Amino acid sequence: MTNSQYKRRENLTEPVPVQWILAILAILFLGLFLFLPLAAVFSQALAKGFGPYFEALGNPDALAAIRLTLITAAVSVPLNLVFGLAAAWAITKFDFRGKNLLVTMIDLPFSVSPVISGLIFVLIFGLQGWMGPWLNEHSFKIVFAVPGIILATIFVTFPFVARELIPLMEAQGREEEEAALVLGASGLQTFFRVTLPGIREGLVYGVILCNARAMGEFGAVSVVSGHIRGLTNTLPLHVEILYNEYDFTAAFAVASLLAMLALATLAVKSLTQWKRARRPSIEFEEALVR
Amino acid sequence: MSIQIENITKHFGGFQALRDVSIDIAPGELVGLLGPSGSGKTTLLRIIAGLETPDRGTIVVDGEDTTGVSVRRRGVGFVFQHYALFRHMTVFENIAFGLRVKPRKDRPSGREIKAKVMKLLKLVQLEGVADRYPSQLSGGQRQRIALARALAVEPRVLLLDEPFGALDAKVRSELRQWLRQLHDELQITSVFVTHDQEEALEVADRIVVMNEGRVEQSGTPEEVYENPANPFILSFLGSVNLFHGRVHMGQARLGAIDIAVPEHAATDDIPAVGYVRSHDISVERQPTDGASIRAEVKNIHSIGPIVRVTFGVNGKDETVQAELTREAFRKLALKKGERVYVRPSNVRVFVEDYQI
Amino acid sequence: MTNGIKKERVLPGFGPTLGYTVFYLSLIVLIPLSALVIKTTGLTWRAFLAAVASPQVVASYRVTFGSAFIAAMINAVFGTLTAWVLVRYEFPCKRLIDALVDLPFALPTAVTGITLATVYSENGWMGSLLEPLGIKVAYTPLGIIVAMTTIGLPFVVRTLQPVIEAIEAETEEASACLGANRLQTFYRVLLPVMMPSILTGFALAFARAVGEYGSVIFIAGNMPMVSEITSLLIVTKLEQFDYSGATAIALVMLTASFAMLLAINMLQRWSRKYAQ
Repeated sequence: MTNSQYKRRENLTEPVPVQWILAILAILFLGLFLFLPLAAVFSQALAKGFGPYFEALGNPDALAAIRLTLITAAVSVPLNLVFGLAAAWAITKFDFRGKNLLVTMIDLPFSVSPVISGLIFVLIFGLQGWMGPWLNEHSFKIVFAVPGIILATIFVTFPFVARELIPLMEAQGREEEEAALVLGASGLQTFFRVTLPGIREGLVYGVILCNARAMGEFGAVSVVSGHIRGLTNTLPLHVEILYNEYDFTAAFAVASLLAMLALATLAVKSLTQWKRARRPSIEFEEALVR
Repeated sequence: MSIQIENITKHFGGFQALRDVSIDIAPGELVGLLGPSGSGKTTLLRIIAGLETPDRGTIVVDGEDTTGVSVRRRGVGFVFQHYALFRHMTVFENIAFGLRVKPRKDRPSGREIKAKVMKLLKLVQLEGVADRYPSQLSGGQRQRIALARALAVEPRVLLLDEPFGALDAKVRSELRQWLRQLHDELQITSVFVTHDQEEALEVADRIVVMNEGRVEQSGTPEEVYENPANPFILSFLGSVNLFHGRVHMGQARLGAIDIAVPEHAATDDIPAVGYVRSHDISVERQPTDGASIRAEVKNIHSIGPIVRVTFGVNGKDETVQAELTREAFRKLALKKGERVYVRPSNVRVFVEDYQI
Repeated sequence: MTNGIKKERVLPGFGPTLGYTVFYLSLIVLIPLSALVIKTTGLTWRAFLAAVASPQVVASYRVTFGSAFIAAMINAVFGTLTAWVLVRYEFPCKRLIDALVDLPFALPTAVTGITLATVYSENGWMGSLLEPLGIKVAYTPLGIIVAMTTIGLPFVVRTLQPVIEAIEAETEEASACLGANRLQTFYRVLLPVMMPSILTGFALAFARAVGEYGSVIFIAGNMPMVSEITSLLIVTKLEQFDYSGATAIALVMLTASFAMLLAINMLQRWSRKYAQ
């Protein structure tokens, strides 16, 4: 009897030894390409102990890079957040012609490679660009200065919030908003009391992903930055400079900051997803009530 | 409050949802909008609520033209088909919502809100669930909470979109009676939409039958059922049998049956169809001249209180369905394959310019 | 008898939100991107061809697209395996491992780049193991593939996971009842359902790898004609103030990415075929 049961099982899932081999292969693959590099960041950063590690982080250029990275994110994330909310509202709560095209265009920045994302702003605001001569006359710098870095960052992080919200709000439909209006709520009351509470997790998720990319963007920012130490270097650019100067400990110390940011981002992401999954679905609860 | 719906027309792209619809609803009336899907009934309900804007026409509530008034200020209560309860709010907060979003000067105090919500919960017989979330309620409970929420703002009219559509059969019939009683108690002008004729007949004071964006007939349940204006309504309200034939000078000849049709006295030999409800077919062992048809019993289905018998007539190409009471069936003791006679009564004859 | 109601939408805010969306989209995305196209039209056809088809540039296409293809293939195979293992099997730390799959999305590419370069250099953890075998990864075309595999890793896994989760046990049971063994069930029942998503994930990983810059340049060695990617070539031209050259190559790459975007959209539509 046990034998026949085993055989039936075998047809429904893989034999146990095969499961083991597949699982080990998958974990080896992930280990080789993900876990090993992640461990290497911290191991290299602390290779000479905590003294040099904190020394590297306390360096004035590093502090300037941290400041610039924070400023960049503080400007670009809220702007893209407002855009994401406006776009998601217009797209999911109304029907209009050209909606699909609009959704596709919002995704465009994701398919443009980072270097090109930087290049387009050099072409407009650079010395040889459209607005370059005029900007130069008025001694106003965008490219190779902070505004250019912020612009390029806004471009590469443009779709994050909108992309997270659109499917979520689409799935929620319009009935709850209609119900709120019938009950006498104003547009803003409807948004803040009915719509927002329902999309809070998706919003948080979109914002942290947007923030992670804003703080970590390398290619686009590298093209528009001009690499002036202490002035136009963000954290990732600072990592590059230190690495190219063979100051590995300092490079990995700064890199470890970014790695921690990445891990924190993943933690928040998993947490929101876990919360979403833990809340039982309506159908499930219905089954409990009956 | 009375509602006058005047000449409402509405398109969605190329689709004409409503064609020049006018209905008068008296204060305190409970009106059922009945029709198949796509007949425009839900669109009309949403236009009354202000959730859609008509292309043409006006909605007058209590003598005031509300067509241009925004949803917020119309003072309607709307119960959505899938309830649209706010899933992140408790039952209490759902019901209190309409009171909490009032402008500060009109907003009741916290204590007043609480008292009102509790009163409504009592009204809908769900006192115990104030702190639950909508996801923790059964379908019937959600339906009643949605109703309580709509009533909280003391609406001038109450609109219900397929109020029992998403519920299972037993809960549905309980809620129907409950809604009827509640309406008698509150006397609030109400309109509900349904595609279920039984529901409309049971609950409504008046039924408005709609089809393809038009009002086909309006009247009390008895009127509509007894005197359907056209074949569409006849066949929409229960199962019917068709007998094809001709009408000439007030006399209809449908196969072997002759019937006087005074309303068609002026017609001159044109094709016509006689419609007979299944329960208006009686079965006999001996023929009545000019009023019955030879038939062979093909199938017998017993459905609760009635027995549905299918007969083959005219050499079995055509079938006639009869619904007999259990008692009548037992007396006849019909067997499959037996030859008998069927006699239609209450035949309604429509000349054939009207196609369903 | 029109009563003068304009086509009004019931929910508020349509005008302002759509207006702002289109305005912001044009300002940040559409106008800057059109600058690239307009700038290129200033070039003569001959100059354009000279810029985009010189031997060094063509070699960079080969390196970029070739490595991206191999990396995406690796991800298609191992990503499918990983997705299957993560959905179907239970093992310790599964949730943690599952969460970390997204690491390449969250980790700045510069960090990935210097780390891979260090791990695979001669004295690094992996490099020192591979050197006795005569395999050099860092500063060779092989390094490019390693970097591109890493940054493309989440795509296949994440596209496939929900699809595997949605496969109903009944289909596999039906297959088994009809006499199929496990391998037959996999090839004939499961794989066809998974295939559109595997291809979508493959295309996404490929597109991402083609445009990748940060993680590749540190490990590539960047030798012209051998291990120089196109993105780097654009940057080099910019640094030499050869704006028109850079723009021309960028336009080629942009066209390629839009073509891939189109392909991905079609693949996604195809993969929805099996969803209800």
